Amino acid sequence: MTDTTATPLTRPQRGSSPRLLRQRHAAERRFRIYGISAIVIAAVVLVALLGSIANRGASAFFQTEIALDIYFDPEVIDPEGTRAPDALYSANYQTLAKRALATRFPEVTDRRAKRALTRLISSGAGFELRGMVLATPALIGTTARYWIKSSDDVDSFVKNNVARDAPESDRRVKDNEIVWLDALIASGDLGTRFDTTFFTASDSREPEQAGIWGAVVGSFLTLVVTLSLSFPIGVLAALYLEEFAPKNRWTDLIEVNINNLAAVPSIVFGLLGLAMFLSIFGMPRSAPIVGGLVLALMTFPTIIIAARAALTAVPPSVREAALAVGASKLQVTLHHVLPLAMPGVMTGTIIGMARALGETAPLLMIGMVAFIVDIPGSFTDPATVLPVQIYLWADSPERAFVAKTSAAILVLLAFLVAMNALAVILRRRFERRW
Amino acid sequence: MQILVSVITLLLLSIVGYELGRRRVLILAGARRRDLHSRPQYHGLYVALWCAIPGIGAAILWLVARPWLGRIVALPDTNGATTAIVAAIAGITGLAIAHRRIAPPLRARIAVERIARAVMLIASTVAILTTFGIILSLLFESLRFFAKVPFFDFLFGLRWSPQTAIRADQVGASGAFGAIPLFAGTMLITVIAMCVAVPIGLFSAIYMSEYATPRVRANVKPMLEILAGVPTVVYGFFAALTVAPLFRGIGESVGIGVSSESALAAGMVMGIMIIPFVSSISDDVMNAVPQTLRDGAYALGATRSETVRQIVLPAALPGIVGGILLAISRAIGETMIVVMAAGLAANLTANPLQAVTTVTVQIVTLLVGDQEFDSAKTLAAFALGLALFVITLVLNVIALRVVRKYREKYD
Repeated sequence: MTDTTATPLTRPQRGSSPRLLRQRHAAERRFRIYGISAIVIAAVVLVALLGSIANRGASAFFQTEIALDIYFDPEVIDPEGTRAPDALYSANYQTLAKRALATRFPEVTDRRAKRALTRLISSGAGFELRGMVLATPALIGTTARYWIKSSDDVDSFVKNNVARDAPESDRRVKDNEIVWLDALIASGDLGTRFDTTFFTASDSREPEQAGIWGAVVGSFLTLVVTLSLSFPIGVLAALYLEEFAPKNRWTDLIEVNINNLAAVPSIVFGLLGLAMFLSIFGMPRSAPIVGGLVLALMTFPTIIIAARAALTAVPPSVREAALAVGASKLQVTLHHVLPLAMPGVMTGTIIGMARALGETAPLLMIGMVAFIVDIPGSFTDPATVLPVQIYLWADSPERAFVAKTSAAILVLLAFLVAMNALAVILRRRFERRW
Repeated sequence: MQILVSVITLLLLSIVGYELGRRRVLILAGARRRDLHSRPQYHGLYVALWCAIPGIGAAILWLVARPWLGRIVALPDTNGATTAIVAAIAGITGLAIAHRRIAPPLRARIAVERIARAVMLIASTVAILTTFGIILSLLFESLRFFAKVPFFDFLFGLRWSPQTAIRADQVGASGAFGAIPLFAGTMLITVIAMCVAVPIGLFSAIYMSEYATPRVRANVKPMLEILAGVPTVVYGFFAALTVAPLFRGIGESVGIGVSSESALAAGMVMGIMIIPFVSSISDDVMNAVPQTLRDGAYALGATRSETVRQIVLPAALPGIVGGILLAISRAIGETMIVVMAAGLAANLTANPLQAVTTVTVQIVTLLVGDQEFDSAKTLAAFALGLALFVITLVLNVIALRVVRKYREKYD
């Protein structure tokens, strides 16, 4: 590197000239400012990114609800009076909510206005009422006040996402609906409450009924597969390469492969999954097992690289001491080197898992992008994962899904922060400097 | 499901085998424990492995062979428990054989260690198998594609419209597979991304390695790591819902038409995503420049910025170039940002305000949704994937070589 120093620095022309010195110091200051502004730009962008998402997403954790006096009419629920679960299950509960709304606003008689009135409440209100009746059939015949979810349009309106003074044609909530909503607000029958549906439900076409639980379960199942494949393979391969492998062509080939795999675009792994696992092996589409497999292939190079770094950090004196008291090579490795390297290995694994949790593109290839309402129960059920759910919602036209998407992103980021925090804690607590 | 049952069965059998082997050798040795070649645990492991390995082998063989066997003889339908039964039979046989071999002089540790080494070797070849799998699957499907669409039409064609006709007389269903617009779009977005990422990444790395106090470093480095840890789908959402409308609004206010899926928005956000790659690699290589070089420059009276520009950067240049190449390959292969924020129409343009499409966007569009696996449309995705793989591979190999060659100079 000595040749680089051969280029002359600043020209040696009267270096003490005050003007030249001033210029040089000004250049120095400018250069420093470039550096600081680069960091500031990065920081500002990060804040803008997280801020805009938090800002949009915060409202999705709350849901506008309308208090209605629901009369559980036996005529509607169970006209035959048998109380058979099948009959109770298939009754039209939405009607109950609609009737309650009609009694709340008796002045609405026009058919079109009536239809507009029913649009105030969620089309899933019936399912909630059904759940209540199935839980306690004694409700039938009684009247009680319940908070019913509003529709997503009303929800957006109440949360001020839509300007009140916009021309009526630009609003999903029309003028007459605003009058009703104002009446409800005035009587205290309209309020926003913490939305548990978002955490317990699965995907839905209706924003107010959509939740992330299905995606969280899908992510969990997928990561279980990923972890149980990539961790053993990664650690074993790292042990072999670091402790046992002879230096030869074959080992070189493996190393080149690992380094390259770590940099292959993720979507290519998706293509591999589609051509190999789905077409040739005939594994099920959209299943966590396939997603987990693909992500495992993506993750294990990362784990190998981290594990090897952790293994090399263990000083040779440990190995020599163990060998000296008669341990075999494998005993040295498994009883002494690996436990000492474990914090580093775990840290690398958690970071790899965090990356796998945020990965979307390869899972699109293997069909995890389908609209799935059921919560997956096993590794072969069709499922989706959190980032794919985010992608799906981001594509939805309904306005309320923008907030839902941001909220789902917040949940995803919370998981990632938790995982990375765990990695940092592991590193701080257990990592030893030799 | 049957796999899970088989695994559990074999696991239980192996645990039983471990205990049996360990106890048997202890009983056989009796009071003369010193006659044991290996410690009792190894005898246990010996039996357990003799149970597990034949069991796994038999299960795999059975899973592969059953479809053929089923055609020859009618197999009883036992709710998928057959795999577990086959595995259990093989496992118990192995267990019995190994159990009889157990004796104090048996070199159980040697046998177990040999198997452990073999397992490690197999684990390390998974990397090679994966690469092979990728190459084979991409190549195989691409060859089928090139049987339908000539290779050079694909590589040098100027028109991309992958809608193949279902009926012969369909409008706009010509099915043109010229990939040049996609490559051009990818290039455009990558160039925009690098215009953002290289200056910001490089300058923040310079500041961090040459100017920053340890405290500033300790705060800024995690910040950049957060930027690297944000999932790409989040960047995509940010690009599509915040940045693109912002640019469009700015364009409207000054009277320039900006597409709502402009290459600029996607490229800028991708650049932000790539900042940490550039900065962390540049930071590393600049830290690797020996302090003596800097001290020499200071001794000659150079200011810090002069030292950085004329000593540190030239010395670190190969590493930085390598890092930028890696970042470019990352940008080319990035999918979610462009899927969400870039367009679908294959425009051949260099105008960053218009919508362009990229290779990865087209792969996703061609493959998402149900399609028959043989149409040129689906196969085209694999040809694009192959192109993507080759380009990124070449970039990675060059980059890794440059970085390594340079690092060796100081070691």
